[in-house]
Amino acid sequence: MGDVVVRALKGVDVALYPGEFVVLLGPSGSGKSTLLNILGGLDQPTSGQVFYRDQELTTWNQRQLTQFRREHVGFIFQFYNLVPSLTAYENVALVTELASRSMSPLEALKMVALEPRRDHFPAQLSGGEQQRVAIARAIAKRPAILLCDEPTGALDLATGVLVLEAIEQVNRELGTTTVVITHNAVIAGMADRVIKMSDGKIAEVEQNAMRLRPREMRW
Amino acid sequence: MSILDRKLRRDLGHLATQAVAIGMVMASGIAMYTMALYALHSLQTSQTNYYQKYRFANIFCNAVRIPADLMPRIQAIPGVSAIDQRVVFAALLDMPNMAEPVAARLISWPDSGKPRLNDLFLADGRWLDSERSDEVLASHSFVAAHGLKLDDHLEFVINGRKRRLQIVGVVYSPEYIVQIQPGSLLPDYKRFGVFWMSHRHLSAAVDMQGAVNDVTLTLERGATEAAVIEAVDELLAPYGGTGAYGREHHVSHRFLEDEIKQLTIMAWVSPTIFLLVAAFLLNVMVGRVVALQREQIAVLKACGYYDWQIGVHYLKLALLIAVGGAGLGLLFGYWLGQNTTRMYAEVYRFPVQQGSLTGTIVWGSLLISIGSAVIGTWRSIAAVISLPPADAMRPATPSNFSTSWVERIGLRWLLPQIIRMLLRQIQRQPIKSLSTVFGMAMALAIMILGSFSLDAIRYLIWFQFDYAQRQDITVVFNQVTEHDVISELKSLPGVSEVQTFRAIPMTVRHQHASRKISVMALGDEAPLYRLVNIKEQIVPTPPEGLVLSDKLAKILGADLGDHVQLTALEGTRRSAEIEVVRIITEYGGLNAYVSPQVLARWSHLPRTCSGAHLRIDSATTTEVYHRLKNMPQVASVNLKGAAMRSFEESFAANILTMRLFNIIFTVIIAFGVVYNHARISFAEQSRDLATLRVLGFTNGEVTSILLGELAILTVAALLPGCLIGWGLAAMLVWGMDTELYRIPMVIEPATYWFAMFVVVVAAFLSGLVMLRKIWALDMVSVLKARE
Repeated sequence: MGDVVVRALKGVDVALYPGEFVVLLGPSGSGKSTLLNILGGLDQPTSGQVFYRDQELTTWNQRQLTQFRREHVGFIFQFYNLVPSLTAYENVALVTELASRSMSPLEALKMVALEPRRDHFPAQLSGGEQQRVAIARAIAKRPAILLCDEPTGALDLATGVLVLEAIEQVNRELGTTTVVITHNAVIAGMADRVIKMSDGKIAEVEQNAMRLRPREMRW
Repeated sequence: MSILDRKLRRDLGHLATQAVAIGMVMASGIAMYTMALYALHSLQTSQTNYYQKYRFANIFCNAVRIPADLMPRIQAIPGVSAIDQRVVFAALLDMPNMAEPVAARLISWPDSGKPRLNDLFLADGRWLDSERSDEVLASHSFVAAHGLKLDDHLEFVINGRKRRLQIVGVVYSPEYIVQIQPGSLLPDYKRFGVFWMSHRHLSAAVDMQGAVNDVTLTLERGATEAAVIEAVDELLAPYGGTGAYGREHHVSHRFLEDEIKQLTIMAWVSPTIFLLVAAFLLNVMVGRVVALQREQIAVLKACGYYDWQIGVHYLKLALLIAVGGAGLGLLFGYWLGQNTTRMYAEVYRFPVQQGSLTGTIVWGSLLISIGSAVIGTWRSIAAVISLPPADAMRPATPSNFSTSWVERIGLRWLLPQIIRMLLRQIQRQPIKSLSTVFGMAMALAIMILGSFSLDAIRYLIWFQFDYAQRQDITVVFNQVTEHDVISELKSLPGVSEVQTFRAIPMTVRHQHASRKISVMALGDEAPLYRLVNIKEQIVPTPPEGLVLSDKLAKILGADLGDHVQLTALEGTRRSAEIEVVRIITEYGGLNAYVSPQVLARWSHLPRTCSGAHLRIDSATTTEVYHRLKNMPQVASVNLKGAAMRSFEESFAANILTMRLFNIIFTVIIAFGVVYNHARISFAEQSRDLATLRVLGFTNGEVTSILLGELAILTVAALLPGCLIGWGLAAMLVWGMDTELYRIPMVIEPATYWFAMFVVVVAAFLSGLVMLRKIWALDMVSVLKARE
């Protein structure tokens, strides 16, 4: 299998603006996650350029990319990826210890309404609660960019709505540029802009005239 | 405490049992290391200080009679720094609590002041009063062995005359740190004592006025020992010099040096094994933790933790276990070291036995434990560092199974499904399986290595004292005696057989190698003292030619058919070339044998003897001893193997203690290895095992998959373990092969069986611990949890 080169992304050209809420829509294997990883400095493209503000990410080494993630990027994953041996509070503190402009872990937990569960371990929290801890962890550093990979993929509808509300609230209150990956077209209603991907390319870009609140969307 | 450290603490808590098991292996290794180095340091420092402070000589020479006016000429030899002269005489001692005569060595002590060399440490009492002829200083070891007190009187037979002497002081001598009777292999403090007596009175008692028979000397810095020995030998030859020798042939020094050598080997061999096993265990454990926390690593990287920070985080896990183990090992090793030193004090008599836990030992322990942790985990840590975060986000590819080779060679259809599963499981992770087999094999090897010495000592006793030598006692005369003494010996009540011997000090030379030894002419009156070859066959003394012991032949590089040169160190000092006709096996000393005919033809003298081997009826032993004590020509009486047996007895308790520790160490390794393997296999397979339970497999069937794997690995480790154990024992035997003694390479089947039994029981115990976990397996939660 080693000889077959799979191009995950081909000729993608996209710009994200401060405070913008973008939904990346597309079926599995369309290259959404790869794009997200490249944007977040987790992965490097084999060719092409990526800029963050005036800096070219694609020329950075691993150390600079780590520094970039540390200060500017928040990640939210489909399966929460909390550290099971740390409490909710500690999972958030994991990040606040690193970044220079971060809020306190408690403040971050308050934003996702989980302050009362601060001392619970991941195994003692429901899926939705775990994902909200993950959101608190991602936003605690006041990132410029929040990257969410299928944040509701593993959750039921009602819980998913709660999680999306939290993400939307962060975007609104902190002015964080937010990118949400999903294959659920309904979520597109939340976005300023919807980028549809298929087969490693941007198939279509849609600008929403009005952003819907998660509760207002028709599921 | 940083959040990562908090995670570390909880991870460690989660792995507690495994961490303790590995930490214990590490602790055992460090304990052995600390113990050996502590004892080594103690022996070496005590030795060095003792030698220096009490002026232990460099060269020792005996002669029949050295006139006092020869001393300036010895002193004038280039390279000689200081000399000391004295009278040394063998005597018999009649101890009221023992039937057999005890051998004593009397050494003259200056009538005023202290000797220039080989000074004594006065532990109790006072120095001699030169005006009094009935005083002695006694060696501490003899006094302690017999429970004697100051002012006690002892009955000596000196030069055929009875003397009652009083102990006025108890002393330690750097020359007799270990006190071994000539002709014996091991110290026996009950049957051999050293005493110091006023020079004036001892000379008078043994007719040595105006002369001495023993000279010791020290060398100037940079002097060549061999050259000085040669010059001394030349000067002493006319006075019956039997050949000077340096410290390396001084029995007490040699014995101590051999112990030091053995400890040095021990300080490296055992710890290396333990630390290797610990490194393997850490490798498997940290590898598993890293695999399990793949996604957490990815998240940490995504959050902005540097690669090295995460690497250090996992390294810390290994380091905490290693350093914790090292700390425990240091404490335990310190305790063991103190006990070993105390045990040594029963054999090695120092006025002050020094010992301390030096910085070198402490830092060395920490360093090697950290080193083994780093070596054990670097592969996993490197994987953590190089893991691309985007990759880690994706779940690991499913485990790659294939049919096992047992199945591929056509046995597939013979094997039940469960066996096939466990075979594939073993084969899927060859490194993990091999590590476990290696660890178990090492546990077995350690057990064999620790217990074979008892087999070896028992074999040696049987070979030397039951098989080769059939006499009950050996009598040594204080001078060469006419052969007709045999009739006198034979007439003693209860003496059934007598074999005389004549021992002549000689230099034996072949090409560039030479040694000063006693060449023995064994009489043909009765076959008591028999020569035996490596195949345990009796070798009759050939009428012509020379018989060499294997060690001597090796040192000389002489083989059958070679001619070696023999030069007598007494009498006419003739030289002759003699053909080596037999090579025999002996485990003590360096010996050569000729027939009495060869000796007679060569020396042109009537047949004489220097001693005799006697076989006596046990009912008349006491009577024989009594008569021997009263024979003026008897200088000493050796009970065959008594020293060896008393050594074995006094050390039986120690050997048992050592064996117990050995078992503990073995169990620690075996248990640690198996438990580590079982825990990881269980964690990896718990989902599959739960699935099987859901499908209707019984608890027993599910258990057999996991425990079956352990059983197969344990059995697979048995043969390699025995082989490695044999190899290590052979290495030790090789390392301990000295001119003073050799250890036979003998491991009894029972030792192998017992070692295997211990390892299997340890494996079984850790299987039992796992059993509880398997049976408590919550099927539902395991199946619900995402991998």
